[in-house]
Amino acid sequence: MIEVKNICKSFNGKSILNDINIVFEKGKTNLIIGESGSGKTVLMKTMVGLFTADSGDIIYEGKNFNKLNFDDRKEIRKEIGMLFQGGALFDSLTVEENVMFPLSMFTNMTLAEQRDRADFCLTRVNLQTAHKLYPAEISGGMKKRVAIARAISMNPKYLFCDEPNSGLDPKTSILIDNLIYELTSELNITTIVITHDMNSVMEIGDNISFLYKGQINWQGHRDEVMRTNSEELNNFVYASEFMKKLKQRLTHHGD
Amino acid sequence: MNWFFHIGRYYIMMSRVFSKPEKWSIYRKQFIKEIDNLGLGSLGIVVIISIFMGAVITIQSAFGFESPWIPLYAVGVASRDSIVLEFSPTIVSLILAGKVGSSIASEIGTMRVTEQIDALEIMGINSKAYLILPKIAAAVFINPFLIVISMFLALLGGLTAGLMTGAVTPYEFIYGIQYDFRPFNVTYALIKTLFFAFIITSVSAYHGYYTQGGSLEVGKSSTNAVVYSSIVILLFNFILTQILLS
Ligand SMILES: Nc1ncnc2c1ncn2[C@@H]1O[C@H](COP(=O)(O)OP(=O)(O)OP(=O)(O)O)[C@@H](O)[C@H]1O
Ligand SMILES: [Mg+2]
Repeated sequence: MIEVKNICKSFNGKSILNDINIVFEKGKTNLIIGESGSGKTVLMKTMVGLFTADSGDIIYEGKNFNKLNFDDRKEIRKEIGMLFQGGALFDSLTVEENVMFPLSMFTNMTLAEQRDRADFCLTRVNLQTAHKLYPAEISGGMKKRVAIARAISMNPKYLFCDEPNSGLDPKTSILIDNLIYELTSELNITTIVITHDMNSVMEIGDNISFLYKGQINWQGHRDEVMRTNSEELNNFVYASEFMKKLKQRLTHHGD
Repeated sequence: MNWFFHIGRYYIMMSRVFSKPEKWSIYRKQFIKEIDNLGLGSLGIVVIISIFMGAVITIQSAFGFESPWIPLYAVGVASRDSIVLEFSPTIVSLILAGKVGSSIASEIGTMRVTEQIDALEIMGINSKAYLILPKIAAAVFINPFLIVISMFLALLGGLTAGLMTGAVTPYEFIYGIQYDFRPFNVTYALIKTLFFAFIITSVSAYHGYYTQGGSLEVGKSSTNAVVYSSIVILLFNFILTQILLS
């Protein structure tokens, strides 16, 4: 469980996050949704300490992350798997080596064991053919999947995913969503996913937090998101014609 | 931003660079990779520059000594002293600052702007130590060899040039090289080399590590890395010469 308490963050006097409070539950897929530029990535990076919050606390299972020293933070970070929005693969390493990297750094696995584990993770993201290629040689969607494989290679206790399925085709996108959802309940971990994708929201959103203008505008379960009173959330959810039509149908059935 | 800010941040960065590695075997692998990259990768340019500069230094010395009162072997003495004291340790280090410094800054700078450094940090890896320590260690280890090679080749270049132009015979040149030879001069040169190797790698890594923005800024960092490591080398050249030779 991760608790975010009263987090404020601004850049050069411009407020991005304004008093954010969220509880991210263990064993649940927690979603952060919101418009582009609303501060989702900033919130995630603040939670893992890549940005320092102006005020507020981030609490990992009772431990206040902001108050920990360098070494204790390191211990928590070893339990974090993170997928960056841009992938952030190491471009001097091959796909396989990228996934093996945390294993080689923190485990005593032999090279063969690391290979097996990397292969297992890459298979889970449906990527069996790119092991020996370098990040520059693979497509954007493949990069994303390698980054997911790397994030899960250490069996993290906390999984952070910044837009795991942007840039993926619908089929792969669903595969990734399912993978994240399965891992979360399988390993009973705390998962936080940033997404724009309404399909993901409806499929895997156990806990959804809607970020709007630096504040949490709405929180709830995927079953509630279609029938909310929040005008801002409605504008977000029913932005596309398709969703608008869907809503009309739903309301008809409701009558 | 002023010098004090940079010196302070450099100091804080270096205190993290020299902390206990997560895993020695990985650092050893990086160290060997960097020796190959920074050391062997620079060998070509060091060889070419040393031979030609040695030749020019010798011809210039001979040109200045065209007097019946000065023995010809003085050309060997003068060339040796220029090469050992200044050309090989300082000028070659400045050239390495250009080559190695820009590559370090752009490599680390690119890793910064593409979030690779963030990814390392999130894994619980001390990114400063992991990225920078092997580079410093490799340069400090390999540069003295490069400089000794440079001295040897520059003298060889001088000898060849003397022979080809007829300015000085090999016999007199070699006699001059050995005449009143002070081993401490080589020690002095190697001490300078160690300092310069440290400066090139750490100052360039600093500029790369704190890059902010995108590819444009990576380019700027790499230019700054060369400019500032050169300035700091010149400054330390002055200080070390004062301390060691006075
Ligand atoms: N390092 C930074 N320095 C200054 N401002 C920043 C920085 N990072 C983000 N911002 C600002 O914070 C705001 C929120 O950015 P953020 O990346 O969190 O958006 P986002 O919700 O993730 O959007 P998207 O869905 O497009 O990824 C933006 O206005 C951006 O300009
Ligand atoms: Mg984002």
